[in-house]
Amino acid sequence: MHRGKGMKFVGDSRVPAERKPNIPKDYSEYPGKTEAFWPNYLLKEWMVGAVFLIGFLSLTIAHQPPLERIADPTDTAYIPLPDWYFLFLYQLLKYSYASGPYTVIGALVIPGLAFGALMLAPFIDRGPERKPSKRPLATAFMLLSIASVFYLTWESVAHHDWEAAKKQGAIVDVEIDKNSDGYKIAQAQTCTSCHGGELAGGAAAPSLLELDLTAEEIADIAKNGKGSMPAVFKGTDEELQTLAEFIVELNE
Amino acid sequence: MLNKIYDWVDERLDITPLWRDIADHEVPEHVNPAHHFSAFVYCFGGLTFFITVIQILSGMFLTMYYVPDIKNAWESVYYLQNQVAFGQIVRGMHHWGASLVIVMMFLHTLRVFFQGAYKKPRELNWIVGVLIFFVMLALGLTGYLLPWDMKALFATKVTLQIAEAVPLIGPYIKVLLSGHSTIVGAQTLTRFFAIHVFFLPAALLGLMGAHFLMIRKQGISGPL
Repeated sequence: MHRGKGMKFVGDSRVPAERKPNIPKDYSEYPGKTEAFWPNYLLKEWMVGAVFLIGFLSLTIAHQPPLERIADPTDTAYIPLPDWYFLFLYQLLKYSYASGPYTVIGALVIPGLAFGALMLAPFIDRGPERKPSKRPLATAFMLLSIASVFYLTWESVAHHDWEAAKKQGAIVDVEIDKNSDGYKIAQAQTCTSCHGGELAGGAAAPSLLELDLTAEEIADIAKNGKGSMPAVFKGTDEELQTLAEFIVELNE
Repeated sequence: MLNKIYDWVDERLDITPLWRDIADHEVPEHVNPAHHFSAFVYCFGGLTFFITVIQILSGMFLTMYYVPDIKNAWESVYYLQNQVAFGQIVRGMHHWGASLVIVMMFLHTLRVFFQGAYKKPRELNWIVGVLIFFVMLALGLTGYLLPWDMKALFATKVTLQIAEAVPLIGPYIKVLLSGHSTIVGAQTLTRFFAIHVFFLPAALLGLMGAHFLMIRKQGISGPL
C-alpha cells in the first residue's frame, strides 16, 4: 500500500483515491472444512433462523400473553409471584436460614457468591485444560449450581397454589343485560351518564361493579346522593327497588 | 445498479475494508453444524442475538400503544391485546421472547463454561457476557411491572423489599428505583419504564458491541 508522499486522496478528504478490489479472502489454506461466513454460512444460519422464527410465531399464536386485572394496591390478600426465571431466588428467601433476620444471606450473600463466582470463573479456574473431565472442580461446582437452580425452581412451582393464583388475578368481566328493566331504569335515571354505559365508572363517578352495599343502601344513595353525587333518582319506589336489586345482582 | 451505488459510496468513504472486517471471516469446521451436527451448541449465542433483535423490534412497536402511567398503562395493554390488529401477536412475541432469551442465554453460557472457552485469552469476553446476563435479567424484572396488573405490582413490591434489605445502601436503592420510600405507584412505573426502555437497552447495546468486537478480534475458541 502506498503511504506518505505522493499519495492521492479523494478531493480534500482523507479517503485514499486508490481503489481496493472487494475480493473475499481465500480460505482454502485454512484447516479442515473451513468456510466463509459471508455469504455461504450466513445463508445456512438464515434458514435455521427462519425455522426458529416459525416455531416462535406458532408459540405466540397458540398462547396468548397473560394479563391479570389492573393493579389494586389495596388488595393485601394477593400472593405475589415473580417471572419463572426468578423463582429460584424467590424460593431461597422462603427458607428460615435465608429469611427474616437472615434476609441478607438469602437476598445478597448466597446469590452474590454464586454470580460473583460465575463472573470470575476465568480467574478461579486458571489451568490450561479445557475438557470438563480434566477440570473436575469447575465442572462439579457448575453441575451443583444447575441442580440447585432447578431444584429451587421446582420447589417453588410445586408449592404455589396455581388455582388460587389464577383466580386472584383474573379479569372480572361482568355481563350486563342491557334489555333488563333494571338497566333501562339506570339509563332513564341518568346513572349511566356518570357511571358509564358499562357501569364500570368514569372520570366523574366510581364503578358500580365493585360495591359492597345492600339494596337498601344503594336505593338510599340513588335517592339522596352521597359525597359528590347528587340526588338523581326521580322515579317511583317500585323502580327504585328494581334498580337497587339490579345493581346488587351485578355485584354478586 | 447496486454495484454502481456501492462504488459511488466506496469511492467517497472507502467502505470496502470496513465491510471485509465486519462480514468476511472464517467459520471453522468444528462449529459448523453442516459438518458435525453436535455443533448445534454453537448456535445458542446467535439465537440469543436473534431473539434480542426480536425483542427490540417488538418493544418498539409496543411503545406505539403503551402509556406509562398508572391510569392508562393497564388499559393500553388491554386495548393493545384485545382491540389492535396483531396486537396480541406483537405483545406475545415480546412476552415469550423475554423467556426464550433467558433460556438461550443460559444454554450459551453453559456451552462456553463446559468447553472452558472462557480461558486465556478470552477472560474479558466472559466477563462482558456475564454482565449481559445481568442486564437481561434486569430487563425482565423491569418489564414485568409495565403492564401494571396485579402480578406486576405485587412482584415489584417484593423486589423492592429485597433491594431494601441490602445493608446500608438498601433504602437508597429502593428510593432510586421506586421514587418514594413507601409508595409503589406512578413514580415507580415511570422509572421502571425509563430503565426498561432507555437505560438498560443502552447498556445492552454497548456490552453486545464489545462482546462481538472481542469475538471477531480473537476468533472462536478451537475444538476441545
